[in-house]
Amino acid sequence: MRTISIIALLLSLCGGAWAQAGATPAADDSALQQKVRDLEDRIIALEGELRSMKQQQAAQAPPNGTAAPTGAAGIGTGPTPAPASSNGVLGVGILAQGGPAPTYGGAQSNAKALNPDISAIGDFIGSAGGNSASPFAGLQPFPALSMHEAELGFQSIVDPYARADVFLSFGEEGVDLEEGYITFTALPAGFVAKAGKMRAAFGKVNTLHNHVLPWIDRPLMTYNLVGGEDGIDDAGFSVQRILPAPKGIFLEATGQVFRGDSGDAFSPLFSSSRHSDVSTVAHLRGYGDINESTNLDLGLSYSRGHNNVGSDFLTNLYGFDATLRWKPLRRAIYHSFVARTEAVWSQRQQLPFTQRSFGMYASADYQLGRRWFIGGRYDYARRPSDQNLLDRGGSALLTYWPSEFAQIRGQFRRTQYAEGNDANELLMQVQFSIGAHGAHPF
Amino acid sequence: MKPTLLKMLFVLLAGVLLAPGAAAKKLNVVTSTTDMAALAQEVGGDKISVESLAKGYQDPHFVEAKPSFLLKLRHADLLISVGLQLEIGWLPPLITQCGNGRIQPGAGGYLDASQFAQILDIPTGPISRALGDVHPLGNPHYWLDPDNGRRIAKGIAAKLSEMDPADQAYFQQRLADFEKRLSEAEKRWEAQMAPFRGRKIVTYHNSWPNFAHHYGLDVVGYVEPRPGIPPTPGHTFQLIQMMKRENVKVLIMEPYFDSKTPNSIGAATGAKVLVLMPSVGGDKASTDYFKLFDYDIGLLTQAFNATK
Repeated sequence: MRTISIIALLLSLCGGAWAQAGATPAADDSALQQKVRDLEDRIIALEGELRSMKQQQAAQAPPNGTAAPTGAAGIGTGPTPAPASSNGVLGVGILAQGGPAPTYGGAQSNAKALNPDISAIGDFIGSAGGNSASPFAGLQPFPALSMHEAELGFQSIVDPYARADVFLSFGEEGVDLEEGYITFTALPAGFVAKAGKMRAAFGKVNTLHNHVLPWIDRPLMTYNLVGGEDGIDDAGFSVQRILPAPKGIFLEATGQVFRGDSGDAFSPLFSSSRHSDVSTVAHLRGYGDINESTNLDLGLSYSRGHNNVGSDFLTNLYGFDATLRWKPLRRAIYHSFVARTEAVWSQRQQLPFTQRSFGMYASADYQLGRRWFIGGRYDYARRPSDQNLLDRGGSALLTYWPSEFAQIRGQFRRTQYAEGNDANELLMQVQFSIGAHGAHPF
Repeated sequence: MKPTLLKMLFVLLAGVLLAPGAAAKKLNVVTSTTDMAALAQEVGGDKISVESLAKGYQDPHFVEAKPSFLLKLRHADLLISVGLQLEIGWLPPLITQCGNGRIQPGAGGYLDASQFAQILDIPTGPISRALGDVHPLGNPHYWLDPDNGRRIAKGIAAKLSEMDPADQAYFQQRLADFEKRLSEAEKRWEAQMAPFRGRKIVTYHNSWPNFAHHYGLDVVGYVEPRPGIPPTPGHTFQLIQMMKRENVKVLIMEPYFDSKTPNSIGAATGAKVLVLMPSVGGDKASTDYFKLFDYDIGLLTQAFNATK
């Protein structure tokens, strides 16, 4: 309120200055103009301070919504508290803790001030065509129509030292904690640490949530060798750091230790029956800009854990990934090209002897225009528990973006299973995102 | 498992030991856009090194969060952002991953320049994405008003003085010099634009409210039916009808948009389509904050003179 009276005073001073100008024609016009300009600057500075104060005030308000009103309506300079939109979360943002600067997202009302950024992403999948996959195959058909996933995201700054990200995946049959971790962003010596449940830094596709994949499904390699749709997604901790490298080269090492449970019924990977059955992941990422439009991303991954044969049986995974991206900066919203490949070598200890299986995919996507993308993928993957069984496949994709917040995709998928049965399927997907604006995938 | 863990630990330890030593004497400033970099350079002079993540000819909403940006951010003493959710799709993940505690939101090395500027288009009613990709905190293209440029420079000078008190006098002197040169330039731009106050224009995206507000131009329509939504035939048809009715003879677009629809609108209405630079470095000629306005005002006045 005090700020409002200061602004009112300044406005009346402005008025006074103009009146004086009229009364004394001899007055120096430019000096007067300068004075008015200074006063205007002070009003704008006060408006900026008011915006910051309102955000700070909001940040300090009790979360039960009993805090004093923001007073924005009285002066019309700040954002009016927005009524909750249908999803009730639009514009609720991350708040700076104790700093003067407003940050991302808008604290629209005190009641919601301490809420995290909330988003929901829906993933509806339809499938046509026959797929008589054997129960031993990693890749199983999608149901004819399914609300495959509704992912709820809660993201916020925890305190001056950390932020938190929680993603709950609601399927038609239950809820799964897809990820939920704290990231310590202010550690000394450039370390970034995470603790909680997270998608492991094994290769590229394992780190990606369903809604940012360039396909409706995941590659055969993932289903056969890297734990299926959930992949290596486990509770543990992670430490990463950018390493010294020649100028212009980005080199980053990540080390992770997990409880040791990953994979699902069709794609078992790691299984922990003792406290000491932990799994580990190590990842080295190298990145370089070839020019301002083109860049190359390379990665080496290693993972080790105990498999479902027993605590004394290990599975080792070795991975390589490469991604080439092209996006001309002047036409970044219209055209882009991404080519990516990953290869995984699996060594699975089992009776009577260890199985060594290889899997890979190679894919490419081209953005035709602002809303249209085409893509293709080749799949090749042996089964982890029988290296003689080889599945192969290929896909062609077409994607349409009505806006940044919705996506419609079609995928033709052909799979040649090791058992000799072939599957030709047409997959359709509708995705939508509501709530807080998330980060664009890279 | 033990050997793997040990190996990891060794690699990470090596990283720490081999890391570059103490920060250089100059304050290392990283900005999200070239405009903030240009203003920081004006007041920071040779006491700072400054680099922008985005290029001037790039749509600042859709910058990619490249790992090479992390290399710049990890050594930054100060990060200056435009704020108001302009960079929401790419800057927050970079800040989280850079491992630099100094520039985290709320820390001393994080500066959101929007707090210094006059912000327009702050929504006063209910908002939802039915309105397109709206910015709930107001229009983030505020640097295109030279008065805001002066206010941002003042804010940056205060921040630099706080971070490097020994050079406070230097920053204040550079600020005074910048303000003087800007006032002179403003007089020139004002004189060039004065005859065209009240002229109606159409813009591609709602990037120009502060510019239009400062020079008294009347933005009567947009090529985009809603912010961030590509042009549709129906909206384009309505826009053409409106431009004919209102006698709108100038259409402004940014260099990163496709010129097909604007050109067809121009052909149908007789309006001139101008590719103005929304940011410093958008074109070879607009190398600093002054040249940005010289360039845009030069093109605009030419177009206004050629059309009635």
